[in-house]
Amino acid sequence: MGSLGDIERYTFRERVMHWLTGLTYLYCLATGLAFYSPHLYWLATMLGGGPTSRFWHPIIGVLFLMGTLWMNNMWRRDMEITETDKRWLDRVENYVANRDNLLPLSERFNAGQKLFYWLMVYGALLLLLSGIFLWVPEYIPRQASWIRGVMILVHEIAALATIGGFLIHIYMGIFFVPGSMTAITTGFVSRAWARTHHRLWYMRVTGGTPPQE
Amino acid sequence: MSNGPLQIKAISGHAGPVPGRDTSRDYDVAKLIDVTTCIGCKACEVACLEWNGYPFRETVFDNTYQTMPDLAWNYYNLIRFNEYVDGDGTLSWLMRKDQCMHCAEPGCLMACPADGAIVQYSNGIVDFQQEHCIGCQYCVTGCPFNIPKFNSVTKKVHKCTLCSDRVGAGLEPACIKACPTGCLHFGSKADMKELANQRAKQVREQTSHKNAGVYDPAGVGGTHVMYVLHDVEHPERYGGLPKDPQVPLMVRLWKGPLKWLGDIAMTAGVVGLVLHYVRYGPKRVEEEPKKPEPKGEPK
Repeated sequence: MGSLGDIERYTFRERVMHWLTGLTYLYCLATGLAFYSPHLYWLATMLGGGPTSRFWHPIIGVLFLMGTLWMNNMWRRDMEITETDKRWLDRVENYVANRDNLLPLSERFNAGQKLFYWLMVYGALLLLLSGIFLWVPEYIPRQASWIRGVMILVHEIAALATIGGFLIHIYMGIFFVPGSMTAITTGFVSRAWARTHHRLWYMRVTGGTPPQE
Repeated sequence: MSNGPLQIKAISGHAGPVPGRDTSRDYDVAKLIDVTTCIGCKACEVACLEWNGYPFRETVFDNTYQTMPDLAWNYYNLIRFNEYVDGDGTLSWLMRKDQCMHCAEPGCLMACPADGAIVQYSNGIVDFQQEHCIGCQYCVTGCPFNIPKFNSVTKKVHKCTLCSDRVGAGLEPACIKACPTGCLHFGSKADMKELANQRAKQVREQTSHKNAGVYDPAGVGGTHVMYVLHDVEHPERYGGLPKDPQVPLMVRLWKGPLKWLGDIAMTAGVVGLVLHYVRYGPKRVEEEPKKPEPKGEPK
């Protein structure tokens, strides 16, 4: 796939894994927002009604966590935050303002992607942990009913945190970084794309030596 | 439209004024339970089952006169039984009819996310509409009285309706109708409150229960089911009636400030991203230079 000279950025397995996590998250987001706000309850209506959404939300949520664990198995080494990443994050305003030449060079994932990754991994764990209590509250004895209230709060805060990351992720994937959507659907990026956004990774996979910092 | 009961305006062939003409009264309904005259006969439990069409459940014996340990999705009304021995060794049999309190500020309704699953009528009745219920049981978390009960087969939550179907037709609730001692009363909230205060005064003056009083807790805005208790200072002796019931703090936080913060943050996030795109636009890919030039990191 891809035109001549393109570089494979995501393998087939990685793409399946990404879309499993992404689409299951999207479903949980839509149904979750419906339960969160009366103004968004129409989302549940569109997705088959309130009871159907309530039934599937936790089950799809478990699939989302499984996707996340699979992702963790594949990507956690690529996602380790390094000293370079910390320097990148110190100057993140340059990334935001498209002054990328003022930033340390990135490996396969840049520091922003790594932060988003860890936000989603820990967010998913918290969501599942608190979600179990909301899934089958009838098994929690009345004496411990305060746990349900606490877990609703934890679920909400964890959800809001992941929503923040998710909004940025969607915005960047679709609008801010052209080429990333093709990368995660077809698996390939152009050499120039790889060189621009992930210079160290580009050097590594094309056999070049990274420039001295 | 008037939400009051039908009031006669004119009567044919009637001497004198029309009784009740030009008077108005609150149409808030209330149930008053005078626990001091309850004998624990459970006629109200039976009447409740009969009216609502539920079969009588198997009872659970746990060494008290209580039918079973707790309310159930098809058992809205339970006489809670407690043997209480006070400091000087006096034994009391405390019997309290437990059911939905029909709070003026219902925690179940506040917590419920499903459009139309819980309604509060202008007469004060809080009613569950099972066809809109999604089975999340947030109402169970929101209720300070531990009333709503989940049916795990239909995934719907049920509770006492204060016989809204009977009250709507001008009848009193089934439990009231069945009570043989007159410990249950039904009428407007103001009338019931007055009756309750009279009875509590009588108990204080004519018996040894000097702390007798009316239970109409302010923490939930008052309730449309009230009790006269022998000792209003210790409602928890009557099978765990809370002394100062409140909608749980977590529910108030989550439906209040956190909801606002979340709404603002999400909206600001979307607006911010749009503005960002308009201000900075997409990242551009630089073409590879013809001759590779070593490029260090600018400090």
